[in-house]
Amino acid sequence: MRWTSGSGGAIAFFSVVAAVFAPAGRDAAAQSPSAPPPPYSRYVVVLDAAHGGEDTGARLEGGRLEKSFTLAFSVRLRSLLAARGMQVTTTREQDASVDADRRAAIANHARAQACLSLHASQSGLGVHLYISSLAPASTLRFAPWKTAQAAWVTRSLALAGLLNSTLQHNNVPVILGRTALPGIDSMTCPTVAVEIAPENATGKDASGGKLDDPDYQAHVAEALAAALLEWRTEARQP
Amino acid sequence: MIPRYQKILFVILLAASLAMGGVLWYLLDRAHQRLLTGQDSAPTRAPQVAPAEQATLLVANDADGSLVAQVQSLPLPADPGARARAVLGKLLDLYAAEGSTHPVQGGAVSIAQVFLLAAPESKPAASQGAQVRPVAASRASSGANGPLLAVVNFTSNFAAGHPSGIETETLTLLSICGTLRANLPRVAEVRFLIDGQQHPTLAGHADLTRTYLTAEAAPGEGAKP
Repeated sequence: MRWTSGSGGAIAFFSVVAAVFAPAGRDAAAQSPSAPPPPYSRYVVVLDAAHGGEDTGARLEGGRLEKSFTLAFSVRLRSLLAARGMQVTTTREQDASVDADRRAAIANHARAQACLSLHASQSGLGVHLYISSLAPASTLRFAPWKTAQAAWVTRSLALAGLLNSTLQHNNVPVILGRTALPGIDSMTCPTVAVEIAPENATGKDASGGKLDDPDYQAHVAEALAAALLEWRTEARQP
Repeated sequence: MIPRYQKILFVILLAASLAMGGVLWYLLDRAHQRLLTGQDSAPTRAPQVAPAEQATLLVANDADGSLVAQVQSLPLPADPGARARAVLGKLLDLYAAEGSTHPVQGGAVSIAQVFLLAAPESKPAASQGAQVRPVAASRASSGANGPLLAVVNFTSNFAAGHPSGIETETLTLLSICGTLRANLPRVAEVRFLIDGQQHPTLAGHADLTRTYLTAEAAPGEGAKP
């Protein structure tokens, strides 16, 4: 899905900001969606636990708040990734309010090879993988802040495809989609919003697969870690 | 001893009082009859404002993230704005019904208004003062068949009661865009307001500050990359 953007004045201002946060020292051709991925000397993953502070997010089963779920899941996934030798940057480590621009700024400063925005919802089934709805675009020296992700959409789609295949290989239902989500459109890295929903329809199967089921959370986290490890391997190949 | 003239005066006054009472009673009865007659002439059935027509609704399904086209028969006004509101009202009624594949509270009353405006077009810098222009005012330059921008104004109760989540919010917006496109092909872009104001998100996730393109919400395309 494509979008038309906002005011020209704001874009002009944020173009400068995006240029500051954009990865420096890389050849523009190397960032082109059609170019092969560069071999990474360092492999950084950004975990963005959505919501926080006054922004509670969705109310989940049992009255749990989405902001608490995403923070706990981020900590769990960070441990798994660190154990696999990956460098992890998180946008928040506590119940604090972090706005969308600040999250994108943290991700862009990290110069990450993969960025996951973690969400949770009581609607739907399984794991929902969403990438930006921006149309793919070539890399510009000065990218508009609001649409900086456009140059990375193709890589984001590839990352979502890998996450999809790994999750399905682990018998987790997956829905792929594109959306306009504040924050991810400004990230200059392959970015996927991961929304975790109950594995089974609520009330139909009480044996497991609910959001508060630790086994289900561990299962999803292990699958995501495995996918990010594979992404690292793929990215290293010339 | 009462004088004779006083007796005659008493009888005359008594007769006048009785006559006036009779007249008043008659007038009261006549007013009551007139009131009843007026009530009888009031319509007892709502007039049929529009004939029933077939409308295509793109109904969301949370289980698989899809949009499925569904044909419904409902009265559709001739005015495009009212027609858009009627179609979207029916869509939200389906979502509010029990057993919905995309449960969202509120129903048809969640759509406060739908405005149709001429879609902004690429213009020389000198004429870019207004982002959108009313249809009637822009027909001379863009033609009567130019693309339209639909502005959908939700009530705040709808946003407050909408389930929070990327998938559910995205599907709501895409199904509205797809439904507008299916029934009003000239609608190319959609913007969303809540109580007449721009809001950052619908229920914490889907961005409402952007303009959505209806072409991207066609069945089989929109929800899945």
